[in-house]
Amino acid sequence: MASLDPVAGARAPILAVDHLSMRFGGLIAVNDVSFVAGRGEVTAVIGPNGAGKTTVFNCITGFYKPTTGRLALFHGGAATPEELDAVTASGLAWGRTAAGALYLLERLPDHKVASWARVARTFQNIRLFSGMTVLENLLVAQHMSLTSAGLLNPAALLNLPSWKRQQKGAMDKALYWLNQIGLVERADDPAGDLPYGDQRRLEIARAMCTNPVLLCLDEPAAGLNPRESAALNELLLSIRRDHDTSILLIEHDMSVVMEISDHVVVLEYGCKIADGTPDEVRNDPKVIASYLGVEEDEAAVVEAEVGA
Amino acid sequence: MVHPPVADIPPGSLPSGSLPQVDVPSGVPNGLPGAAPPPPVAPHRGSVIGSAVTDAIVSGLLTGLLLLPLVGFRATESGSGPLGLTYRFGLVAVFAAIVAVLRLVLNLTVWRRGRKVKTGTEPSAFAALVQKAAPALRPAFFSFAIAYPFLAILLSGGLSPSRYWVDLGIYVLTYVMLGWGLNIVVGLAGLLDLGYVAFYAVGAYTFALLSTSVPLNEFFAGHLGEGFWTAWSFWLCLPVSGILAAFWGVILGFPVLRLRGDYLAIVTLAFGEIIRLVLINWVSLTNGGAGISSIPPISFFGVPFNSSDDGFAARYGLDFDSMHRIIFLYFVILGLAVLTALVTIRLRQMPVGRAWEALREDEIACRSLGINTTLTKLTAFATGAMFGGFAGAFFAVRVRFVSPESFTFMESAVILAIVVLGGMGSQMGVAGAAILLIGGMEMLRNLSFLKADFLFGPDFDPSLYRMLIFGFAMVAVMVWRPRGLVSSRLPTVFLKERKAVSASLVKEGHG
Repeated sequence: MASLDPVAGARAPILAVDHLSMRFGGLIAVNDVSFVAGRGEVTAVIGPNGAGKTTVFNCITGFYKPTTGRLALFHGGAATPEELDAVTASGLAWGRTAAGALYLLERLPDHKVASWARVARTFQNIRLFSGMTVLENLLVAQHMSLTSAGLLNPAALLNLPSWKRQQKGAMDKALYWLNQIGLVERADDPAGDLPYGDQRRLEIARAMCTNPVLLCLDEPAAGLNPRESAALNELLLSIRRDHDTSILLIEHDMSVVMEISDHVVVLEYGCKIADGTPDEVRNDPKVIASYLGVEEDEAAVVEAEVGA
Repeated sequence: MVHPPVADIPPGSLPSGSLPQVDVPSGVPNGLPGAAPPPPVAPHRGSVIGSAVTDAIVSGLLTGLLLLPLVGFRATESGSGPLGLTYRFGLVAVFAAIVAVLRLVLNLTVWRRGRKVKTGTEPSAFAALVQKAAPALRPAFFSFAIAYPFLAILLSGGLSPSRYWVDLGIYVLTYVMLGWGLNIVVGLAGLLDLGYVAFYAVGAYTFALLSTSVPLNEFFAGHLGEGFWTAWSFWLCLPVSGILAAFWGVILGFPVLRLRGDYLAIVTLAFGEIIRLVLINWVSLTNGGAGISSIPPISFFGVPFNSSDDGFAARYGLDFDSMHRIIFLYFVILGLAVLTALVTIRLRQMPVGRAWEALREDEIACRSLGINTTLTKLTAFATGAMFGGFAGAFFAVRVRFVSPESFTFMESAVILAIVVLGGMGSQMGVAGAAILLIGGMEMLRNLSFLKADFLFGPDFDPSLYRMLIFGFAMVAVMVWRPRGLVSSRLPTVFLKERKAVSASLVKEGHG
């Protein structure tokens, strides 16, 4: 099997994407992309429209089955290459490792990517439960932890004290996130009534209520004004700081990407063209060429002009 | 500056948008407060009513005049003699009155000038009223349901004459329960099910087959005494009927899990028909179209309702009356319906119920949160089907005869109409719709006053027009309240205050 990406040699990975390809009929949406998202880091995937960013996301979160490739997610700590190869060869979707556990996301159905591997995601076009209240949205997100004793838990049916305690815990968690996103006052309003920026933050809070180890955000800043965008940066940094959650995000808004991400992966036409820290990527002639639409040999000139 | 007389202004010489103002004080340009047109004055209340009444009288008179030759005179054949003439002035007057009253009502409400047209997403006044009355509505509804048979006995003057009314109550409550059962599938989980009657049939046939089974009867006769199975079969078969119906719900659920919308509806429709056709054609088991008869009647928890010495009446010191059984049946179905409602309320506050509603709102978001949508859909199908099975067993013990005739697509359509008319997801709405639809249909049989001589005459059969009136009523309700009687959704949990969610935000699902 291929070794992990050399760029990420020093970083502890949470997610290793290996030779990921996705074809839709004759169209190759993602072509042999490999990268690593570091534990406790914010990794950004950027690229022009149609570069295959959302396809990569849908493969990671189980909504698409990749044509080829391996998506390894590590709980606890990175697995050794031997452990990774052993699980891959076993044909199972997951295995225990010395550090914790290892999940091969391409082998899991979408809801198990969320519930077992604990990868949460948001959507480019917001997908809230608009007819349910803000609070209900955050409680639905805790479905898996609340149904650990079964879908028709007798304690819940009879409303026993043990269930009430569990329910109280869920409410406390929902309240914590309402406080984080500043929507306590609107807890009892339908989610569909919220302004756009609030809906974006609510979707992130809802994803965080599933206790994810990896949070995938699909264009979280799309359609936000600068003030809302700054609030979003604050929220994402606080998630990275206070929770044991790594973040993978797709973004067009360069202020978000450059301010908060630790690592940037650039895609173009389904291929990876750059991978590194924000500064490295910003100065990469290929990236400048792809973003500004110039030939590579002219890139140096452009670079000088923009003063990057 | 003095304006020239209006007639002298050549067309087009005025600035667009400003009307010629004659007595404008000089020095005040147009557009300042002095020149502003007076604000529109709300029409005087008296004048609105006055003009509405005038309009009503005029239109009533016009109708009368128009209909006088058309409806008022009628040529009749009297034997072999010449054509005779009959007069139907009463009917003309009735039509004129209908037109006058309708115009009066419309003029005062819908057509009223300056009436605020409601847009926005706030819950309507009706929904707000329902929400305000909701805490009182449930107990009131429940107490009325308990008192209903006694009221019927009091008002109709005796046990036997009240039979019609108690039977009607049982009939309506059966549909309330079926509506609440289907409401779980359609209203909460948003899965359009056109074959709900299949589970009703499974429940009814389960009870019918088990209670008339000879080996079972002999088995229990040998161990627990003769007559045990006859006396207890309903109470023992009721849970079995529910469980089997739930099992069939899961069987239906598996193939339709991938389907959405119209496709889901077609497959559930087909499933309902398959069950009915199997019941017709599997003659060796179900006795085919002839059905299963002589199903044992319900017992008062083992005490039979008969005139024998150990019957219900003798044991409790009452005079025997066949109505005791009917009233008991009423309370059994009331209990089953209340059980359905309570379980649904409880489930809605549990993760599984919230997952159903989330599934209706957005299935993809559900999966991204780790909710197993397959399992969630199956539990919705199974829970809904279970209550259908309970209702089926009750149907069999009430009628004491089942045949495939009772489980046609029409039944599914009526139950679905109850759920849609009531407002998907709302229990009070569904109960109201069942009363309106089933009770109202039944009440339309009692239109014999239309046979009066001054109306349509004794040859007129009003019950023929029942379905027509009913159809018009359905259309009217759906125009007036497109999302059902109670369209707003009450959240299952709240932090400070429970606010109804407007129907425009709640999705309908169907996938």
